[in-house]
Amino acid sequence: MSAEINLPAQPRDASPAKFLKSHMRDYGMLISLLAIVAFFQYMTGGTLLQPLNLTNLVLQNSYIVIMALGMLLVIVAGHIDLSVGSIVGFIGALAAILMVQFNLHFLPTTLICLAAGGLIGAAQGYWVAYFRIPSFIVTLAGMLVFRGLSLALLAGQSVGPFPVEFQLLSSGFIPDVFATGGFHLTTLLLCVATPAILVGLSVAARLRRHRFAIEQEPLPLFVAKSAGLFAAMAGIGWLLASYKGLPNVLIIMALLIGLYAFVTRDTTIGRRVYALGGNEKAARLSGIDTRRLSFYTFVNMGVLAALAGLIFAARLNTATPKAGVSFELDVIAACFIGGASASGGVGRVTGAVIGAFIMGVMNNGMSILGIGIDWQQVIKGLVLLAAVCFDVYNKGKA
Amino acid sequence: MNTILEMRGITKTFPGVKALDNVNLSVREGEIHALIGENGAGKSTLMKVLSGVHPHGSYEGDIRFRGAPVAVRGIADSERLGIIIIHQELALVPLLSITENLFLGNERARGGVIDWTAATLRARDLLRTVGLTDSPETLITDLGVGKQQLVEIAKALSKEVKLLILDEPTASLNESDSDALLALLLRFKAQGIASILISHKLNEIARVADRVTILRDGTTVETLDCHDAPISQDRIIKGMVGRDLADRYPRRTGTPGDILFEVEGWSADHPVHPGRRVVKDIDLHVRRGEVVGIAGLMGAGRTEFAMSLFGRSYGRNIRGTARLNGRVIDVSTIRRAMDSGLAYATEDRKHYGLVLDTDIRHNVTLANLDGVASGGVIHHEREIEVANDFRRRLRIRCSSVFQETVNLSGGNQQKVVLSKWLFADPQLLILDEPTRGIDVGAKYEIYTIVNQLVAEGRGVILISSELPELLGVADRIYVMNEGALVAEMPAAEASQERIMHAIMSVGMADSTAGTRPVDGTGPREYPQ
Repeated sequence: MSAEINLPAQPRDASPAKFLKSHMRDYGMLISLLAIVAFFQYMTGGTLLQPLNLTNLVLQNSYIVIMALGMLLVIVAGHIDLSVGSIVGFIGALAAILMVQFNLHFLPTTLICLAAGGLIGAAQGYWVAYFRIPSFIVTLAGMLVFRGLSLALLAGQSVGPFPVEFQLLSSGFIPDVFATGGFHLTTLLLCVATPAILVGLSVAARLRRHRFAIEQEPLPLFVAKSAGLFAAMAGIGWLLASYKGLPNVLIIMALLIGLYAFVTRDTTIGRRVYALGGNEKAARLSGIDTRRLSFYTFVNMGVLAALAGLIFAARLNTATPKAGVSFELDVIAACFIGGASASGGVGRVTGAVIGAFIMGVMNNGMSILGIGIDWQQVIKGLVLLAAVCFDVYNKGKA
Repeated sequence: MNTILEMRGITKTFPGVKALDNVNLSVREGEIHALIGENGAGKSTLMKVLSGVHPHGSYEGDIRFRGAPVAVRGIADSERLGIIIIHQELALVPLLSITENLFLGNERARGGVIDWTAATLRARDLLRTVGLTDSPETLITDLGVGKQQLVEIAKALSKEVKLLILDEPTASLNESDSDALLALLLRFKAQGIASILISHKLNEIARVADRVTILRDGTTVETLDCHDAPISQDRIIKGMVGRDLADRYPRRTGTPGDILFEVEGWSADHPVHPGRRVVKDIDLHVRRGEVVGIAGLMGAGRTEFAMSLFGRSYGRNIRGTARLNGRVIDVSTIRRAMDSGLAYATEDRKHYGLVLDTDIRHNVTLANLDGVASGGVIHHEREIEVANDFRRRLRIRCSSVFQETVNLSGGNQQKVVLSKWLFADPQLLILDEPTRGIDVGAKYEIYTIVNQLVAEGRGVILISSELPELLGVADRIYVMNEGALVAEMPAAEASQERIMHAIMSVGMADSTAGTRPVDGTGPREYPQ
């Protein structure tokens, strides 16, 4: 029986060790990411965090991270989207046709492609939300349809190359306003200013919560986390600055992560998505238009998948019918590694991003170590299972 | 008479809370032993210890069954001993037949191959024992809750039961099904099968129980023998809550004002069977500061009426007009109904009322997120203040508003549901079975909240299957039967007999006219 609830009021700001233990689910994945980075940094003799490789790591994972943001919302809403890999391929093909065959400028092309992604999401979301066809089936169909359509669009060929301006989406770096040459000062300043602002905001939030006597992270832990965040971002900034600076993609990705973290945590729309996934009937009877909300999570996913498709095409500088194959698995795995629940209602943006980077660092590290693609898949599969087991275990304990 | 079960000094702790503290329980052979206590008193935990859900070693104390000490490590162990527990939430597979469910995990099979003939024959025997006439091939989903309960009991009988534990078996049954079930328990008693009956319905206990053990806050208060002297309900209530409830219904002062809400000619059809009228031409009104009760049997169409009114959340082909303060209001979607000033607190709080895995705070603000947000951005501190405010006002017992609602007792869950609707600030609140499955003390608190609501000039429609509750709380009572209102009376002039009479006389008129009988146990269907 779980009804005995006359617990004594919890002491505010428990000891760090105790707090860490009771919030193991929240910190576990971050600690795992750090451990995996440290492990590969050691095993690769420092190659992992070399400026060039770090830049590659960001470029390689950006599209997975961006799609994980949308997938998290879909999963939290209680659905799944298997079609994103095919949408990546289809949008890449569409962009190639428009720019290479019709010589359309890259700006209208980008807009058309994002709109097409939204339409694809809407087409799938319509069946899921309004006809209650399981999303697994609808998006499985979408996966086949759009893979087929990208083959048809490209007539089985690779189409490229793209205009140089379009390539910059993936291969470009932000300009250095200080133009010091060699060292990219703008990058470093951005990478110092951003965590400074973030830490400042969380200090303000902490003080506010303190005034309301709300239990929160113990101070030592908070300081350690803030210092860690600051050090990590500044460190990455330093490393990137000593190469070519911040990639354009990283800026897009960071802005999107910030936006989605905000939307899921602090807005009514975000809260409603969690309620929808947690108990659809209760959410509906609370006046939430659950069907429209489900519909829009798929539209949103379509747009993000289209953006990922553009970035991926720009990175390869060619559209191939095979682009994006099995991306959906990496994206979904990222969300589950990051603590999202397959039954909906649970999951965080930060978790999904950490999950995506755990996958990314492992891919990259194992490739540097020369581990074949066969064993890479085995290891990734086991890590996914272990992560979810860890999550379930901690949930049982909490 | 010999003792079949002896539990002595049972202590069970969960992290941070002592659920059971030195509890004693002894059950004699062939007796019906009632176990009562408020929600959260430890009844279910005690039964989970007995049935092995909490295995031996996870608690302190001794259990002796039929004279021998036992160490039960799981449900399989306890079932082997003949201890069978039937949970409040039935454990049947809806899309399998009665036969398949009866022998689930215990199949009539040789070498893994099921002998369907033997199974069907045995199933028929068992069904006859519990008085069920349906074919063993019937799917569970096609049975009403009352019959499902009987299937559970038949399943217990198939396992050579010696001690049957029933956790609130009649909570979701109507009067006649409850009677049939209690009669069955008495028959088992005659055959020497002992039962432990957990129930909140004191009149049932008074009828069938031989002895009563009262738990309060995880400890045994006392065991009363019903044969020594007839036990009054007041005596039991006193034991449960540790105080005298001078009056089970708080007094309300003030008289109802102008007409606040009216419906005219409200009808709705069944969502799946087109043309089958479930709500028939309802006219009713509610005044400011008035509690209007709707009485009726299960399946009379009360919930269906309320849900069709609340944003067409039930049924199709809905017709009729609704007026608030004399103006016609739009209730065509839930959002519009809410914006018009309506709220509906569901009878099924777990499935339709709460997001269980989410904390109290988020549940409280769910129906009115804009009340703690500006421009779509939530103010977390304001939200916490709101939740804490309701926690204080409605006396929600919890460790903090960050506690997940799944861990709250029924009464406290109900208070969270009420908080949610109070925060939405409706003018008319429809409460559907607001005290179902919650204990006497919490009921009193809910009634107090209802009184506060009407004192603020709101109107309340109270749907309840407990006639004393309607008589004690409502100002005016409508009686509903087969989808139509069949009587209306001021509570002061109403009595249980009058209400039942109103229901029965219509039923008799109908049956003489040769129409469909009262569909009391039919399966409930909700919109998806």
